[in-house]
Amino acid sequence: MAVQETYALGQRYIGCGAQWGKITVTQVPGNALGAYLDGGEIEVLCSAQDATGDTMNAGEIVVHGSAGDATGYAMRGGAIYVRDNGGYRCGIHMKEYRDKVPVLVVGGSCGSFLGEYQAGGTILVLGIGCEDRAPVGNFCGTGMHGGRIYLRTRFLPPNLPEQVAVAEPQSADLERIRPLVGRFCEKFGGDPESLLAGHFFVLTPNTSNPYHQLYVNN
Amino acid sequence: MAQEYLYPEFQVVRDLSRCTGCRACAAQCANGVHRYDADRGQMVSDETRCVNCHRCVAFCPERALKIVKDRQCFRENDNWSGDAIREIYRQAASGGVLLSSMGNAKEYPVYWDRLLINASQVTNPSIDPLREPMETKTFLGKKPDTLRRDAAGRLVPELPPQLELDTPILFSAMSYGSISYNAHESLARAAQALGTCYNTGEGGLHRDFYRYGANTIVQVASGRFGVHRDYLEAGAAIEIKIGQGAKPGIGGHLPGAKIVGDVSATRMIPEGSDAISPAPHHDIYSIEDLRQLVYSLKEVTRGEKPVIVKIAAVHNVAAIASGVARSGADIIAIDGFRGGTGAAPTRIRDNVGIPIELALAAVDQRLRDEGIRSSVSLIAGGSIRSSADALKAILLGADAVYIATAALLALGCHLCRSCHSGRCNWGIATQRPELVARLDPDEGAQRLVNLVTAWTHEIKEMMGGMGINSIEAARGNRMMLRGVGLNEIELGILGVKHAGQ
Ligand code: SF4
Ligand code: SF4
Repeated sequence: MAVQETYALGQRYIGCGAQWGKITVTQVPGNALGAYLDGGEIEVLCSAQDATGDTMNAGEIVVHGSAGDATGYAMRGGAIYVRDNGGYRCGIHMKEYRDKVPVLVVGGSCGSFLGEYQAGGTILVLGIGCEDRAPVGNFCGTGMHGGRIYLRTRFLPPNLPEQVAVAEPQSADLERIRPLVGRFCEKFGGDPESLLAGHFFVLTPNTSNPYHQLYVNN
Repeated sequence: MAQEYLYPEFQVVRDLSRCTGCRACAAQCANGVHRYDADRGQMVSDETRCVNCHRCVAFCPERALKIVKDRQCFRENDNWSGDAIREIYRQAASGGVLLSSMGNAKEYPVYWDRLLINASQVTNPSIDPLREPMETKTFLGKKPDTLRRDAAGRLVPELPPQLELDTPILFSAMSYGSISYNAHESLARAAQALGTCYNTGEGGLHRDFYRYGANTIVQVASGRFGVHRDYLEAGAAIEIKIGQGAKPGIGGHLPGAKIVGDVSATRMIPEGSDAISPAPHHDIYSIEDLRQLVYSLKEVTRGEKPVIVKIAAVHNVAAIASGVARSGADIIAIDGFRGGTGAAPTRIRDNVGIPIELALAAVDQRLRDEGIRSSVSLIAGGSIRSSADALKAILLGADAVYIATAALLALGCHLCRSCHSGRCNWGIATQRPELVARLDPDEGAQRLVNLVTAWTHEIKEMMGGMGINSIEAARGNRMMLRGVGLNEIELGILGVKHAGQ
């Protein structure tokens, strides 16, 4: 049943809401590739534009290049693998529910506002090619209240909000990262062990300092 | 609590010559106002907990109870009202942001009450709705500018998707979470019986209610809670919520304590996790971005569902609506500043936004001036209190109206404005099972059907009086309205003449 569709022109909404099958995109697709994706696979043999995998629920998107702004916005399930870089506002408001734990893996770096309002799911930025600086821009994780962000770097991102806790990964974290790095290398090449040997930070919401606004009933 | 300088606002008056000590009031009050004092052998009250919701009054079999405004007063001051003083005490004691529920209760002009409807006399005789057909059927959606015929001269049907309603009254967005399962079931069943729609709000759609899909508007808000393909497919239309009249410009925050059981399953977020809706959609920073979301929603539903964009009535609403109309939206819903809410910061609810009457008139006029009025339908909401308000909205240019507070009142709400406490004694704005059970969906649905049926009948009567026999002919017919006690600028914005002109 695996239907193979190939797109060579950069229209928007390719694979929007698709539930199965495999879509191959050979030229840069338009915005909202795989929005509401609910299963199946999309493989982009070049870069993708903005809002890739917006509100995605299941399935896999693999981008052999960079992805634009708001990649994985509000995604609740499935996985997005980006070989190179992600734009601004990636993974904003990702969430998880029961067996639905979305994954966003970016090989290079991401722009500012990565994982803002993150409520669940896993974001992994491998920082390949930017080993001399933090692989994310400003305001990473602002409003974060769930999920986790892994950064492969020795440099902490600038101006992290107080509501984000930074830690060294534990063995459970490494177990979570290992298959993601494995899949990344399977798709794009590279040696998983040497990537895993790098230094990681894990960012999680700081439960002792949550975003609760103090309200008084009136 | 005396140290906070806050004294009870209401007094519980119990006529002890009537009270039999049956304790029905104690059982009904989730706020714990009533209690039997064995030492004194009588019922006693703790007024500090009373929100004046009348539940006990309605259930006292002896008619022994009355809740009255406490006469305790501050020294008279026309500038510093009692509310202003009490709000300062609350904030000084807590450091908190004031939180309120239901709509803006402040004294701002209600333009509906300054508008009067016309009737025919002698010429152009009125129509008797008992004798002649009156059409209230309403189609919401883009109307094509041109018709096309094929080679054989037959019309090529190219009508964009329409929301077909038997009456121009819809129930507006209230999420499961902000209101109860039984309240949602009442709305869904009433919408089905009435041939109209209710709206899920941004709490997702409970599995049990997918069967009312043909009468459901599914909402997509900035948090995207419960939004997935099946949900988008389930509804008759999809509403993108940009703003809400009670709290324009801010998002929402449903505390984790309220994300329990089915509410968590329906929103598709873990129990106890906060549900934060960011103020903007972070994939929409422009009309072009909005267009992208509109068309992605159309794409995923094969272009079969009309897309509504809901905006709050704010200062530049006419220009904003013009942009929204060009984004590909089929319907624009405008929510005025008196619209209700389950919880909003008091200052925003009371001070941000503009009245729906002015916003609606300005939007309708702007879209006409730009020649794009037929490319969208308009739904007006934000405190439509009666069939007269609804008809005035239609005469000002609305295709239909949204009601929510009026619908909750029909379900037994007493407008005590304490929805944010989660202890609604009427089983509406609560998730506590023993309170939810107080609202019987059979009775609730019937009361909603009664209300909307009565309003529809009244609309027909008023239309008949004007010699108009269809909603189509009433829409935007501002010659049928006159203002009373309005100045030139107000009359100009509303596009109506003064009474007597
Ligand atoms: S319900 Fe009425 S009669 Fe019964 S205890 Fe309360 S006040 Fe007395
Ligand atoms: S819904 Fe309930 S809590 Fe809210 S105003 Fe009405 S009666 Fe009060």
